[in-house]
Amino acid sequence: MQSTTDYQVKTSGFLDWIALIIGRVLISLIVPVTTFGVLIIGFRWLRDTIPTGTAEKTAVSVVAIVWGVGGAAILYVVSNWLIEQLNTKWVRRLQPFIFIGPAVAILLWYLALPTFRTFRNSLYNREGPLAVTFSTLFSAPGDFFGQLFTNFIGFDNYVAVFAENTMRVAFRNNLLWIIFGATLAVVFGLMVAVLADRSRFENAAKSLIFLPMAISMVGAGVIWNFIYEVKDIADPQIGLLNAIWVGLGQEPQAWTALIKEPWNNVFLIIIMIWLQTGYAMVIFSAAIKGIPEELMEASRVDGANEVQIFFRIMIPYIMGTIITVGTTIVIFTLKIFDIVMVMTGGQFSTQVIATQFYREAFTSNNRGSASAIAIVLLITVVPVMIYNLRQFAEEEAF
Amino acid sequence: MSTQAQSFARQRRLSDLIVNLALLILVLIWTIPTIGLLVSSFRTRFDIQTSGWWWVFPHREWTTVEEIQPGDDLDRDGVMEFAGVSGTFEELRAGIATPDGLRVTWVGNKRLGVVRVQENRWTMRTDFTLENYGQVLAGKTYEIQTAGGETKTVQGDDFTGAFLNSLTVSVPATVIPILIAAFAAYGFAWMNFPGRKFLFTMVVALMVVPLQIALVPILRDYVSLDLNGTFLAVWLAHTGFGLPLATYLLFNYIRGLPRDILESAFIDGASHFTIFTRLILPLSVPALASFAIFQFLWVWNDYLVALVFIGAKPDVQVLTMRIAEMVGSRGSDWHLLTAGAFISMLLPLIVFFSLQRFFVRGLLAGSVKG
Repeated sequence: MQSTTDYQVKTSGFLDWIALIIGRVLISLIVPVTTFGVLIIGFRWLRDTIPTGTAEKTAVSVVAIVWGVGGAAILYVVSNWLIEQLNTKWVRRLQPFIFIGPAVAILLWYLALPTFRTFRNSLYNREGPLAVTFSTLFSAPGDFFGQLFTNFIGFDNYVAVFAENTMRVAFRNNLLWIIFGATLAVVFGLMVAVLADRSRFENAAKSLIFLPMAISMVGAGVIWNFIYEVKDIADPQIGLLNAIWVGLGQEPQAWTALIKEPWNNVFLIIIMIWLQTGYAMVIFSAAIKGIPEELMEASRVDGANEVQIFFRIMIPYIMGTIITVGTTIVIFTLKIFDIVMVMTGGQFSTQVIATQFYREAFTSNNRGSASAIAIVLLITVVPVMIYNLRQFAEEEAF
Repeated sequence: MSTQAQSFARQRRLSDLIVNLALLILVLIWTIPTIGLLVSSFRTRFDIQTSGWWWVFPHREWTTVEEIQPGDDLDRDGVMEFAGVSGTFEELRAGIATPDGLRVTWVGNKRLGVVRVQENRWTMRTDFTLENYGQVLAGKTYEIQTAGGETKTVQGDDFTGAFLNSLTVSVPATVIPILIAAFAAYGFAWMNFPGRKFLFTMVVALMVVPLQIALVPILRDYVSLDLNGTFLAVWLAHTGFGLPLATYLLFNYIRGLPRDILESAFIDGASHFTIFTRLILPLSVPALASFAIFQFLWVWNDYLVALVFIGAKPDVQVLTMRIAEMVGSRGSDWHLLTAGAFISMLLPLIVFFSLQRFFVRGLLAGSVKG
C-alpha cells in the first residue's frame, strides 16, 4: 500500500519533471522567437511605410523611436531571462556575455573588423577583392589563389595616394588645419579661460564662447556665409567681412574661393576655430581652477608679475591638460569634413583628406583608393592610440 | 602708505577693466556670426539679398528724398542740371554732392533712368517677418521677382519632415549606445570572465579609430542586408562609432561606485541583472546624462554618417543633409537657408543651455574620441 503510493509519487514526480522541462524549453523557445518576430515585423513595417503628411509622419517617428529604444531594452531582458533559466553555475559563466556581448559584437562589426577589411580593400583595384570560396582551397588550389589575387595590385593605391597632386594638396591643407586651426583653438581657449577666471562675467562669457559647440558644422557653414559672401563692388555687400573690407577702400574678395590659395583655406579654418575654442576653454578653465591658490600667492609675494605667473606657473601646471586638449583637437581636425564640404565642396584647392576619401569612395566609386586614404588617416592617429593604451596600462584598472 | 594702497587699488581697477574689455571683444567676435544668422532669418528675401543684416541697426544710409524724371527732350550726352548741380551722365552716375550735403545720382540706363536726390540719413531696416519660417516649415509657396521683372511662384521647403527624421535618428541613436555601453561597463567593472582585459583594451584602442575606416565595408554590408536607408542602419552606425567612448566613460564611473553596495545586494540574493537595473543605473544618472547630451549633439549635428547611410532616400533625409543640399542647389534662397539653419540649431541650443552643467562634466570626463 505504502510502496504503491511511493511509486505513484515517484512516477508523477518524474512526469511532472519531464513536463516541466518540456514546458521550460517551449517557453524558452517561444518567448525569444515571439520577441524576435515582433521586432522583425516592426522593422519591415518601418522600412516599407512611406508616410504622407505631417501627422502620419509624426506617428511613424514615434513608432520608430519606441521600436528602436524598446527593442534594444527587450533584447537584453529576454536574453537575460533565458540565461537565468539555467542553473547557477551556468548563469555565472554566461551572464557576463549577455552584458558585454552586444557591445563587443557591435565594436567588432563596426570598427575592429572594418579596419582589416579596409586594409584588404586598399590592396586591390577599384573593383575590390572577389568573394573567395574556401572549399576550392584543397580541390583546386590554382582557382583559389587565382580568385584571391584577382584585382590585387599590392601597394599601388598608396603610391598613387602620395603621388597624386590633388592628394598632396589635401595633405598640405590638413597640415594647415592642424597648424593654424588646432593651435589657435588652443591659444584662444586658454586666453578666454584665463581672462574669464578674473572677470565678474565669467559664466556669461563662457556660455557665449561655448555656444558654437551646439551648432552643426553644416549650420556653421550657413552662418559664416553671412560673413564671407561677396557681391559686386557696385552693390552693397551683404557679407560682413567684405563690407568692412570695402569700407577700408579695397576690392571685395571671394574669401573661400577665388583668393590666392592656400590662403582661402585659412578662412575655412577660422570656422573650425570658432567651433572648437569653447571646448578647449571649458577644459582649461577647470584645469586653471585646480591650480592651488597658495602657489600663485607665493610667487606674487616673491615679486612675479602676472605675465610671469602665466608662463612660469600656470602653463607648466596645466601642461598635461594642454597636451590632451591639443591631441583631441588635432584628431578632430584630421577628420574635418563637413565644413569644407558645405563651404566649397573641396574645390578651389581646399580639399582635405576626408573630402578626398568621400570623393574616391562615393563619387568615383574607387574602393581601393578610398580605402588606402582611410588607412593613411588611421596610421596618423596610431601614436595617439598607443599613448592611450599606455596610459590605460599604467592606471592598472584591471 | 595710504597713497601706495590707493595706487594699488587703481592698478587693480585698471587691470580689471583691461580683462573685461578683452573678454568683451572676444565674446563679441564669437557671437556676431550667430546674431547675424538670427537677425537674417527674420528679414525679407529682398532685404537679405540687397543689404547687410547689420542694417537693422541704426546707420547712415543714402535715402531718396526726391525723384526727378528727366525730360524727354533733355540732351543726355551733354552737361545736365538737376537740383542745383550739373554734370555729365557719367558724373551723375557716380553721384554728385550738392553744397547742402545732398547727393544727386542717376539710377538706371541713359535713356530710361531717373535721377534721385538723396540725403545721408540715420535709418534702420526693420521690416521683420516670420514668412521665412512659414516657408521652410509648412512648405508654403512664395513669389519672387525674376530679373525680367515678372513674378514667379516658387515652392517653399519642407523642413518639418527633416526635423522629424532628425529626431527619429537622434533619440534612439543616443539611447541605444548608452544602454549597450552601460551593460558593457558594468560587465567590465564588476564581473569576471575570460578575455576581460583583452576586450577592454580593444575598447580603449578603438576610441581614436576614424570612422572613415568603416564606411565602405559597412555600406556593403548594409546593401547586402537590405538595410540601407533605414533608421535602424543609422542608429546602429552611430551606436558603433559612439560605443568605445561611451563604454570607457561609463566604465570609469561605474568602477568608482562603492563596492559594498554591490556586495550587500549580493548577500540579499539579488542577481547581476537586478543589481544593474535597480541599483547601478539610477546611481549612474549623472554620468549617463552627461554622455547622453554629448552623443545627442553629436548625432543631431552629424552630416557624414547620414550622408553615407541614408543619402539615397530623400524621405529619410535629416536636417543637416537638407541644409547642405540647399546650400548647393538653392544657394540664392538665403531667406530659406537662414530659417532652416536656425530651426536645426534650436533643439541643440535648448538641450545645451538647459543641461550645460552635465555637458561640461561629460567633456571633462572623457578626452579623446575617434
